[in-house]
Amino acid sequence: MSQFIQTYLPNVYRMGWAGQAGWGTAIYLTLYMTVISFLIGGILGLIAGLLLVLTGPGGIIENRIVFQILDKVTSIFRAIPFIILLALFNPFTRLIVGTGIGPTAALVPLSLAVFPFFARQVQVVLSELDRGVIEAAQASGATFWDIVGVYLREGLPDLIRVTTVTLISLVGETAMAGAVGSGGLGNVALTYGFQRYNNDVTVLATILILILIFAIQFLGDFLTRKLSHR
Amino acid sequence: MSREIIKLEHIDVTFQQKKRTIKAVKDVTIHIQQGDIYGIVGYSGAGKSTLVRVINLLQVPSAGKITIDDDVIYQDGITLNAAQLREKRRDIGMIFQHFNLMAQMTAEENVAFALKHSNLSKEEKKEKVAKLLDLVGLADRAENYPAQLSGGQKQRVAIARALANDPKILISDESTSALDPKTTKQILALLQELNKKLGLTVVLITHEMQIVKDIANRVAVMQNGELIEEGSVLEIFSNPQNELTQDFIVTATGIDEAMIKINQQEIVKNLPEDSILAHLKYSGSVTDTAVINDIYKQYQVSANILHGNIEILDHTPVGELVVILSGNAANLASVQKDLEAAGVLLRILKEGGN
Repeated sequence: MSQFIQTYLPNVYRMGWAGQAGWGTAIYLTLYMTVISFLIGGILGLIAGLLLVLTGPGGIIENRIVFQILDKVTSIFRAIPFIILLALFNPFTRLIVGTGIGPTAALVPLSLAVFPFFARQVQVVLSELDRGVIEAAQASGATFWDIVGVYLREGLPDLIRVTTVTLISLVGETAMAGAVGSGGLGNVALTYGFQRYNNDVTVLATILILILIFAIQFLGDFLTRKLSHR
Repeated sequence: MSREIIKLEHIDVTFQQKKRTIKAVKDVTIHIQQGDIYGIVGYSGAGKSTLVRVINLLQVPSAGKITIDDDVIYQDGITLNAAQLREKRRDIGMIFQHFNLMAQMTAEENVAFALKHSNLSKEEKKEKVAKLLDLVGLADRAENYPAQLSGGQKQRVAIARALANDPKILISDESTSALDPKTTKQILALLQELNKKLGLTVVLITHEMQIVKDIANRVAVMQNGELIEEGSVLEIFSNPQNELTQDFIVTATGIDEAMIKINQQEIVKNLPEDSILAHLKYSGSVTDTAVINDIYKQYQVSANILHGNIEILDHTPVGELVVILSGNAANLASVQKDLEAAGVLLRILKEGGN
């Protein structure tokens, strides 16, 4: 096997597994950026999405001002192309993580990209839930947090579905984060593969990204099906 | 003994939609006695749903006074705080046209949801849920999700949920409108049983007078946000005042369908000179006397019955006949007078010879 790789994929072999430019490191960094920025941006997005529904027209804590502000912020962040977001927020990144380069620095713009994307999708999922169910909960004397619970529980299968979509687009964005020297598979494909004419590296990095995306999709679909009782 | 458990006084509900002001409920006053099954009838858009949502303040009115079980819960803008409101809502169960069950929860979880804030221990809650599901006849479906239940079963789960906190009042918002006729009958029978067994006051909205006739003892008719007629089912059915009420009743008794067939009959088409086609309506003790027999004996006026219907409304028989009365003109006139004197409402539909 090792012999085969050495002969036909020399550049892939030269990069090795561990070390700063190794495949293992690249895979780890891609996963690191995807997971951590999803945790940060996803939680913010979930809260924002929930608030958009709760404060929106007909929501249980309807509030025009809060809704309008959240709605505009979400729209604006959603509209900025990610590659520009990276540049635009570089000073801000430096301010909070101390550096503008590397995987941890990439977490800031990645989270900022995930938050509005996820917020919108959460909003769509939750606002599609039957208003009557919420009304029934209110009629049975539910508290504010009970009703938040109803939204999350009733929306769970669809929230998982949109999480899948978000994670997949996030993997794509980690590749772009290679532009700020974040490392990861996207960075490998671009700098070690494309820019140095090492086509074997580009192809393998692409295959690894595809495997990751398909794995996310498969898991997401499986959980959605498993948890849905509709 | 009887006590007014729900008092809605001069209720106004106004919605602001863009620049339009919609008056959904206009100055409605309704008093509902404990133990009543109170029907509210009207076409869609009449304001029925908005009005009953005022009872548990799912809809806050713009003006008026609401007294539930001797507690004033709303008076001209002043209402309960959030905690008091939740407390009060637990005394008022509600069921809906589309059941509104949580799809991601099993039947027992749906019922248990309403018990979340009760003082019962975990075991007691479990017991209570089982008891409630048993009460609605779904003990064996506790672990099913709503998607696995039929419409009627879903509504039963919803009823169990509505009853979880032992409410005194149950609001039913078109709860049978999405169900087939057989299931509708079963659900209505269940509501009636709960009314008798638990002394539950039921407020029932519907667009079908038939349902009101079957189980209610009092009825209110709404149109364009206004209450246009109110009374006991017997009063309303035997002597409706308003045109809309009459419309509803005609639909409920099926007389309009019968009339189409009656008018197609040869004898009605070519009604003989000495005959009249008449519609008789009577209620209560009049049904005990043999009127038809009497008019023949006294005036030799014969009655050919084309259509008849007798219903027992709130323990009182109410009858309706479409007859051809035949006899000489003078006797026919006397018969009409006699019948009216006996309390029969007589309406001449057609006179012979024309």
